[in-house]
Amino acid sequence: MSAFSAIGEETEKDQNEFTPGLEPQPTWCPGCGDFGVLKALKGAAAELGLSPDEMMVMTGIGCSGKLNSYFNSYGFHTIHGRSLPIARAAKLANPGLTVVAAGGDGDGYGIGGNHFMHTARENHDITYIVFNNEIFGLTKGQTSPTSPKGHKSKTQPHGSAKTPLRPLSLSLNAGASYIARTAAVNPNQAKEIIVEAIEHDGFSHVDFLTQCPTWNKDARQYVPYIDINESDDYEFDNTNRAEASEMMFETENALHEGTVLTGRYYVDSDRPSYQQEKKQIGEMPEEPLAERYFDDSYEWERSYDKFLDKHK
Amino acid sequence: MTDHELIWRIAGGSGDGIASTSQNFAKALMRAGLHVFTHRHYPSRIRGGHTYTEVRVSADPIQSRGDGYNFLLALGDSFARNPSEGAYYGNEEIKPLSENLDELAEGGVIVYDSGLLDTSEIEDFDERVEENNWHVYDIDLRSMAREHGREVMRNTAGVAVTCAIADIEPDVIKSLMSDAMPEKILEPNFEVFDDAYETVKSEYDVDAPEVSAPTGEHDEEQVLISGSDAIAYAAIDEGCRFISGYPMTPWTEVFVIMSQNLPELGGISEQVEDEIAAAALAMGASHAGVKAMSGSSGGGFSLMSEPLGLAEITETPIVLVEAMRAGPSTGMPTKPEQSDMEHVLYTSQGDSHRIVFAPGTAAEAYDQTRKAFQIAYEYQIPSIVLYDQKLGGELSNVPASVFDEEPNADLGSVLSEAELEEAPHDDSGKYQRYQHDTENGVSPRSLPGQKGGRYLATGNEHMPAGHISEDPDNRIAQMNRRMQKVESIREELDEDGEFNTVYGPEDADYGLVTFGSQQGTVEEAAAELNEKGHSVKVLGVSELMPFPKEQVKSFLDSVDEALVVEMTASAQFRGLVQKELGGYGDKMSSLLKYNGNPFEPLDIVEGFETALLEGEALPDNRTKFVPKVGE
Repeated sequence: MSAFSAIGEETEKDQNEFTPGLEPQPTWCPGCGDFGVLKALKGAAAELGLSPDEMMVMTGIGCSGKLNSYFNSYGFHTIHGRSLPIARAAKLANPGLTVVAAGGDGDGYGIGGNHFMHTARENHDITYIVFNNEIFGLTKGQTSPTSPKGHKSKTQPHGSAKTPLRPLSLSLNAGASYIARTAAVNPNQAKEIIVEAIEHDGFSHVDFLTQCPTWNKDARQYVPYIDINESDDYEFDNTNRAEASEMMFETENALHEGTVLTGRYYVDSDRPSYQQEKKQIGEMPEEPLAERYFDDSYEWERSYDKFLDKHK
Repeated sequence: MTDHELIWRIAGGSGDGIASTSQNFAKALMRAGLHVFTHRHYPSRIRGGHTYTEVRVSADPIQSRGDGYNFLLALGDSFARNPSEGAYYGNEEIKPLSENLDELAEGGVIVYDSGLLDTSEIEDFDERVEENNWHVYDIDLRSMAREHGREVMRNTAGVAVTCAIADIEPDVIKSLMSDAMPEKILEPNFEVFDDAYETVKSEYDVDAPEVSAPTGEHDEEQVLISGSDAIAYAAIDEGCRFISGYPMTPWTEVFVIMSQNLPELGGISEQVEDEIAAAALAMGASHAGVKAMSGSSGGGFSLMSEPLGLAEITETPIVLVEAMRAGPSTGMPTKPEQSDMEHVLYTSQGDSHRIVFAPGTAAEAYDQTRKAFQIAYEYQIPSIVLYDQKLGGELSNVPASVFDEEPNADLGSVLSEAELEEAPHDDSGKYQRYQHDTENGVSPRSLPGQKGGRYLATGNEHMPAGHISEDPDNRIAQMNRRMQKVESIREELDEDGEFNTVYGPEDADYGLVTFGSQQGTVEEAAAELNEKGHSVKVLGVSELMPFPKEQVKSFLDSVDEALVVEMTASAQFRGLVQKELGGYGDKMSSLLKYNGNPFEPLDIVEGFETALLEGEALPDNRTKFVPKVGE
């Protein structure tokens, strides 16, 4: 019998189950795009029939880091940029958990960029939602890695000389196997994309455009948006790496020219997840490691029997 | 070094097989009933550069590399890049012979490979030989090796020559070679061995030197173990099945041992992008219910500062090991030092509350690493094992029975789903994982996936179910409870009372105080001082945090004066004692060493007699004496 009975429990779920009974007052500003992520995640979790106790939501620092304060599940509000390595290990320790990591664009593409690149490269079976508002919100509006070139802020008084980072292209080149962009103003698409991202067996990266009405007033509210998978104007095969790459490049350029493109950009269902690869080479046990500590019949090996002979 | 000891130094270039040859030599003599202790000296490069390993061999128990040495086997650096005299680092090829002469004892033996080395390149070589009454054996080891096998087998030839001169039975070495070498190379190695042994016995005067290996017998079965082995085995015996890391000398040794063995034990090893991730992964695994560890050396540990603080406030159990090397920054990567002590005790923002053990020997490394795991998981706190390049890499014989302990995979203070049903929850259904009032500061945790256990872990200050809060009363309650855990651990350690080591006569007039890996050397120095008529005892501190105030205080109260011995340049450990005890600065002088080499017993004997007692200047700059406050 599993020591983690919430895992795999199949029940009908209502999205309200992911709203804490005693809901803390959100610290997000009225009109903030972060509400859209919360709503989409609740909807996706309910649609997938997940139980709050089998979900582990890891966040970084910033307004986005509060996601798991307002979402009813196991949560780990970590430190700036470090949600991914903590999330990866939790999934390795107990693969039955549904692990979702989330953070802002500064968190994920700036300070945590190295972890982002390597988590994508390794294709861990987790979902990563990046709240991309093209600004540092909680620290009051400084220029972020995705701020457009020329963006003026207190830390860039003459306008940023830097070209913004290309999150989708970076993700593809690093090795993510599911890459999508959605927007807070597009709740149905956002929910569907998060459902797919969680179901995807491998690293799924959702670049989630979340408008910041307080510190990024100049920026668009990300409307109107175009769904590239549905629009007739955009023809491409999102299982084709080269076509996906081109579409991403166009999308990243378009955002700064006033056109908001969203959708599923790359889906590779064939690439095995890191967990599968690791099991394949014999470096990860078949049974969840976390269960072993509750298995009274397990015989723990000891160094005296296993290793001392070679030292004699 | 006593008259009955052999301290054998094998010198060559990195990549010449010095490490494996010396390890086999040490193990063979251990099997023959002797006590052995090794010391490695190597540069931070893959090929070439002067490197040596010393193997000290004694009939009696030994705890350090000893003083100087009496038998040099100089193989010559076969990878030397730049043999020209004008080279920045000098002529490297000759270094295994030329660089080792200063520490060779009078009457000592020099065996060198005349196939590679030419003594005419060493200034005043013949004069020095005569002056010191050294016995020199110039033997073309390379030709012998080439004749029967490959050039690398000159190590075997050198060992055979050692046996012939130091009266070691060839079978002692050859039986170990049979175990250690694959069939294919065993036969030619035997041929090299026999040829070299016979040649030296018949053509050279092997009886002239008074240097020989002692004979002895062990009471119980021994194993040849390094500090790194002991740490890794302790982790495995505590049910640690997850390690994450990034390579860095000298911590890599523990990482490698774990990575090689964990897959077979059904565990997971992760080599990750950096040390921030390494510590974060270990936390993630531990948070999800797997016993986990990570580690690094100074520079990598700097990157772990952030996750370390997160582990403290979220009360996530984690075991980290820190293998110190000479700093600051990249410093001297392959040289030992103890100067990361303050860094490890205090790094990360906020008031640190963590456990730090600094074991003195391989056996202590095993016991204290096990305790580190037990405390981490019971008290939900980071435990750190602080050691160094010296303890990690040195090999010594330890009774096998030290490791004959039951495994312990207990996850500590974790609730089961049944217990969670009875446990307090807030109105949103979240488990109150951080309750204010507990008996010893510990509030039991739940694990993700457990029904009824959900809560928020956060690096912000938080309420009982984890919600972020800046309420002053809650803050005080949570902070006090976390700090209370440290006090509870102090009480538990006081009850155990086994980790700090006291040595020497109880009523001694003087005290030598040290921490971590210098303990054995300091004890040998004390023995020598007492033999010379002084009255000295030793306190070796392993519990750095929480600090054993009472024990250290009563030790210092019981002596007239103390000399604090540590491998730092700023007397960090003495500073810690003063901080923790609020005084004693006028009672403690310091003997510091930070030239890249660990203390030898004679350094301490000299520091004690010349500097502390006589008040005179030390004859050279190997060590530094810092007088007590007020002098």
